[in-house]
Amino acid sequence: MKPTTDPVHVAIEYTLRQDRGRLIAALVAAIGNFELAEECLQDAAEVALKDWAKNGIPKSRRGWLLQVARRRAVDQFRRQKRLGQWRPQLEQMAQEDEMDANAMPPDIADKRLELIFTCCHPALDTKSRVALTLRTIGGLTTREIARAFLDKETTMGQRLSRARTKITVSGIAFAVPGPDMWAERLQSVLSVIYLIFNEGYSASSGDAAIRADLCEEAIYLARLLDQLRGDEPEIIGLLSLMLTTHARRAGRQSDAGATIGLADQDRELWDGVMVKEGLEQLDRAMALGQAGPYQIKAAISALHASAKTAGHTDWRQIVLLYGRLFHFEPTAVVRLNRAVAMAEAGDVSVALAEIGKLAPDLQGYQPLHAARAEYLARTGKTVAAIAAYDKAIKQTGNVSDREFLQARRAKLMH
Amino acid sequence: MKYLALIYSAPDAGPQPDTPEFGPYMGVWQSITDTYTKDGVLVAGEALQPVETATSIRIRDGKTELTDGPFAETKEQLGGFYMFDCDTLDDAIKYAKMIPTTEHGTVELRPIMSFD
Repeated sequence: MKPTTDPVHVAIEYTLRQDRGRLIAALVAAIGNFELAEECLQDAAEVALKDWAKNGIPKSRRGWLLQVARRRAVDQFRRQKRLGQWRPQLEQMAQEDEMDANAMPPDIADKRLELIFTCCHPALDTKSRVALTLRTIGGLTTREIARAFLDKETTMGQRLSRARTKITVSGIAFAVPGPDMWAERLQSVLSVIYLIFNEGYSASSGDAAIRADLCEEAIYLARLLDQLRGDEPEIIGLLSLMLTTHARRAGRQSDAGATIGLADQDRELWDGVMVKEGLEQLDRAMALGQAGPYQIKAAISALHASAKTAGHTDWRQIVLLYGRLFHFEPTAVVRLNRAVAMAEAGDVSVALAEIGKLAPDLQGYQPLHAARAEYLARTGKTVAAIAAYDKAIKQTGNVSDREFLQARRAKLMH
Repeated sequence: MKYLALIYSAPDAGPQPDTPEFGPYMGVWQSITDTYTKDGVLVAGEALQPVETATSIRIRDGKTELTDGPFAETKEQLGGFYMFDCDTLDDAIKYAKMIPTTEHGTVELRPIMSFD
């Protein structure tokens, strides 16, 4: 669809962007078929285009679209004689729709929490979970998602379609998981949201404007999840982590587009309002008294975001927090981050020894070489530092990160 | 919904006969089969003779070709199956996870196609 000022077009596009998740959720709940729900909503939007132009834009646009989409679903099932297990529900729906034809459509029960858990089901591959969540809950278009991931639109469309089909055919339940599976499945949802955020934040590839959108989208999703399921400390922890990270975005890039390290950022450029909200959310999460990895990461990010200058950063506390994080995520990357914090807290030689121990496991991990180069340089081991910078530079795909490292390396040369 | 759990493993993986681990391992199979029966989800379940006993059949241009052994050469071989009748994929996963082969091989869960 071309950009337009036609009020009917605008009303439909706006409603679909705002309420897509709610509409799809309500449709899937009613007809149990993700693929068909998408098709019928699409059909309903096309019907709306003509009907609203003729009869005016209805009061409850969302309700109108849902009702027409549901009728489409009933028609489709009838035509294909595939009512099957959905027959009783669909026939009742059809009857309700007859009766309600002229009445104001009822408001829609919010089934978005079910929808989020369905889109993030671990039986789908990670990229499909991310794409489906952005498309279905976030309301991004297939084209926008394809651009964010540097895929062709048709390839992304096929991926989405395969995922929806798998959900229907393999019997992935449209349900909020029960207590026995809650923790595991919540992890999957949170990791999808954090992946979306990092895809936007790390800027490894793709279009800059779309990437900022991805960060905002991830924050929106975490807020929505928090609103649908309050008082879940890890959801709030993730929200806080993303807020205090995203708040620093303006300080992170020079006018020329190069990445600026945390220590050299102009903290005046940080978004103080967003930092404040991030800190408040962290307090809210911690008050629930149940620690978890996202809350610990949020606490680390909060210490950075609330330090007046780089010199004021409480690195000792950050060392302790990475130690706690290691209990939840016993990975070499967490140990590396802890070592960096140790170096910043003053224990450079201890940190370098630790980084040396981690090197065999993290040979292909650029930040290891960048950190090693930095601390070798600080301890006057210039030759070794230059070699480490060369390794780090070789492993950097992102132009501005490479320029940053090259500038550090150049400083050592004279 | 019906699901077929296809159980794959390499012949030399997992507890082997005449080792101390083998007895308890077989006990697990018995106990999960009991659980499936008790929960009313078991449609069928069998173990297969090893692939050396397999005969693969192909008809091309009306001519029947029989091959000794499995059609495809893979390290992990189909060793048996269960068929479950469950409401959702999550339920089927719950039961499939009990299969001890998951610890040294792979269990592939496939929904059975329904034609109604």
